[in-house]
Amino acid sequence: MATQASRTAGRLMLSPAVVLLFLWMIVPLAMTIYFSFLRYNLLMPGTEEWAGFDNYHYFFTDPAFWPALVNTLTLVIGVLVITVVGGVALAVLLDQPMWGQGIVRILVIAPFLVMPSVSALVWKNMLMNPVNGLFAAMARGLGLPPYDFFADAPLASIILIVAWQWLPFATLILLTAMQSLDQEQMEAAEMDGAGVFWRFWHLTIPHLMRAITVVVLIQTIFLLSVFAEILVTTNGGPGTASTTLTFLVYVQSMLQFDVGLGSAGGIVAVILANIVAIFLMRMIGKNLET
Amino acid sequence: MAREATKGRKAVTTLVAWGIGLVIFFPILWTVLTSFKTEVEAVNPHPSFLFFDWTFENYRTVNERSDYFVHFANSSAIALGSTLLGLIIAIPAAWSMAFVPGKRTKDLLMWMLSTKMMPAVGVLVPIYMLARDSGLLDTRTGLIIVLTLVNLPIIVWMLYTYFKEIPGEILEAARMDGATLSSEILYVLTPMAVPGIASTLLLNIILAWNESFWTLNLTAANAAPLTAFIASYSSPEGLFYAKLSAASTMAIAPILILGWFSQKQLVRGLTFGAVK
Amino acid sequence: MGEIVLSKVMKSFGGVEIIKGIDLTIADGEFVVFVGPSGCGKSTLLRLIAGLEDVTSGTIAIDGRDATDLPPAKRGLAMVFQSYALYPHMSVRKNIAFPLRMAGLPAAEQQRKVEAAAKILNLTPYLERRPGQLSGGQRQRVAIGRAIVREPAAFLFDEPLSNLDAALRVSMRQEISELHQSLKTTMIYVTHDQVEAMTMADKIVVLNAGRIEQVGSPLDLYRSPANLFVAGFIGSPKMNFVEGAEAAKNGAHTLGIRPEHIDVTADGPWSGTVGICEHLGSDTFLKVEVAGVGTINVRAGGEVPLHHGDPIRLTPQPDKFHRFDSAGQAA
Repeated sequence: MATQASRTAGRLMLSPAVVLLFLWMIVPLAMTIYFSFLRYNLLMPGTEEWAGFDNYHYFFTDPAFWPALVNTLTLVIGVLVITVVGGVALAVLLDQPMWGQGIVRILVIAPFLVMPSVSALVWKNMLMNPVNGLFAAMARGLGLPPYDFFADAPLASIILIVAWQWLPFATLILLTAMQSLDQEQMEAAEMDGAGVFWRFWHLTIPHLMRAITVVVLIQTIFLLSVFAEILVTTNGGPGTASTTLTFLVYVQSMLQFDVGLGSAGGIVAVILANIVAIFLMRMIGKNLET
Repeated sequence: MAREATKGRKAVTTLVAWGIGLVIFFPILWTVLTSFKTEVEAVNPHPSFLFFDWTFENYRTVNERSDYFVHFANSSAIALGSTLLGLIIAIPAAWSMAFVPGKRTKDLLMWMLSTKMMPAVGVLVPIYMLARDSGLLDTRTGLIIVLTLVNLPIIVWMLYTYFKEIPGEILEAARMDGATLSSEILYVLTPMAVPGIASTLLLNIILAWNESFWTLNLTAANAAPLTAFIASYSSPEGLFYAKLSAASTMAIAPILILGWFSQKQLVRGLTFGAVK
Repeated sequence: MGEIVLSKVMKSFGGVEIIKGIDLTIADGEFVVFVGPSGCGKSTLLRLIAGLEDVTSGTIAIDGRDATDLPPAKRGLAMVFQSYALYPHMSVRKNIAFPLRMAGLPAAEQQRKVEAAAKILNLTPYLERRPGQLSGGQRQRVAIGRAIVREPAAFLFDEPLSNLDAALRVSMRQEISELHQSLKTTMIYVTHDQVEAMTMADKIVVLNAGRIEQVGSPLDLYRSPANLFVAGFIGSPKMNFVEGAEAAKNGAHTLGIRPEHIDVTADGPWSGTVGICEHLGSDTFLKVEVAGVGTINVRAGGEVPLHHGDPIRLTPQPDKFHRFDSAGQAA
């Protein structure tokens, strides 16, 4: 519903964003694809040669590949489950009348504002450190042996830290959605004799579905690229226990300087991310119709 | 009509909510408290919560060791610069998507978001080389460009959802009133979308401020923002908890304060405009 | 000044024809009402004239100048929208001044015109308020104010009263009519309400399914509707249509008789039973089941002592018959 002139103007105004993003996507991607077919190590400059699919072969047969894939999925799904379930619970709680709601909200938002490297450092050293950390001190106070989080449960510890960072986001979105819940519908159901749990499952949860979709979409985008938290805390270890795909590629290209192998890994990561993306977009596309 | 909750129930809710809120906030609170302790006190096996000898020594040491204000200036320049540049590119794009949508608009939006799903490591080496070859490595300009592109899809999407709430008739009225396209956007759309734009601005400043992949990998000394400043404390050097805490507090304080002061915009911004 | 000529104007959206070839001349200073059921294309036609949509084919001339390809801003027309479309972030003063500001008028000149318009529309006390602080009727007047300061060649109104309550609608209707009397500017007014059309228009354009059914003055359309559609659309309560033997007897396929042209008499030719009976005080609307004819609406006098189930005899006035052929055209 518009004139040809405004449609033309629309296209013109859209193009800078589209062109820039397209270049931002395609140029580095093309270079990465090219590198992935080269034997290319920064430590041995001038020895680049065509390598065919060797890099991909090495990447897939790297003993770290499968653990990294599983770790990536565990991380993303673990954080999503914790934040969505915790977020719904917190949203329901914060939606109740209480004193000082604004202050509680500030407290809950705060972790989202902390930069990932800071939160990782704080959790690693000040809370989870088996000697000097607060958790160790608390365990000692209770007469328990201190727990070495990053040695015994590295991935779970990272999931905990990342979930702490993203819980505020899930809570806020779900709280906002809660507040637009139709009270009359709730009261009608109550008049019809529906119990608290029935109302929660059949009215509240369906109403929150759209918000949950948004949480899943946005968080997945950011969770697939979790990096600083791993770098600061475990460096992917012990062994490959907390290495994700992102981190594996980083190690190969930036620490081992094997650009060819790293690029092949990068391409694999891009393809996997796109599979997740297509799956998500399908789901979101349905839920985001407005 | 919301019903009045009983006093007793409200008290219980308050207690539980404050308890959970404090637990969530605790790591930050603990960091801030530790930053005022001596290094010895900071690793005391029986930590004290408030009753210790407060000292500002750590802040002085940290600032001497690594010039805080230089990093702060870099962070500010990069966060503000990339957000403003992003807005300038995104406002016309979002106008177009919201008010002259085509059949492909939804797909285009989804494609934009999907570029954010590209793992950054996959393109780190080429971007690093491009930045190096064009002299943008370790410069504020280089980081502003990269972070603008990284956050552009989010900015476009947020603005799009806010713009869609503005009735198209008002823009048509402006057109009938003789407004050109640029005055329509400048005098009618933008002022009407101020709350949405403010939320977008705020959220993206936060995202850019905290971005720690590109900022770490594309800077060395000159343009290093606070993320790099804090990273220099990640390698353990003996007793350093108090100094680490002071550095952490200094790195996150500006955004915490900004976020708390503009809580309303932040809450709206955090929902990315997707939920009302 | 404000003559608008449409010739062979067509518009389709994605292959669906919404406007199917419209030829229409609107004279300078005329008050023209586009009326028709929802989906008939009347709003689209107005938007085509405004330039908010492109025509698919055909031409639109304003003041003898081809305006088909001109953007809305260059057509010299002003529009009042259904939702008023006021700028919520500007005061009433700034809203009204906006078109002048866009035209680059000096500030003093802008203020003078705004004050003058505000005076005409009784908005002077509200000039510093925001639209959100005004009532529906006041917002409507601001929208009109924003239109009149431009001194446009013509005003376009897109169902401007449909968001107001019934009482306000009547008074705004009169205000717009008075405005037309004093400004003498061409006005094109879109509505689905035939009462608004009848009361305000110099000329009514009845649209149906993207075509013009009939053009004429309100009384022309009332007296001699060109076809069944117009006959049924204009007039309230609706005209009765009778088919079959009764119509054939009067030499028509379909016979139309308005409810007000049927008398309640003691010895009328039609006998029936009163169904629904609505006493309005000034009038009484009856729904009568007439044997061999069907259900007939009758408008009787104010205090007729009739009730549900009463027997009744009716006399239609033969000189007020409307005769239609089998194609629905007036014979």
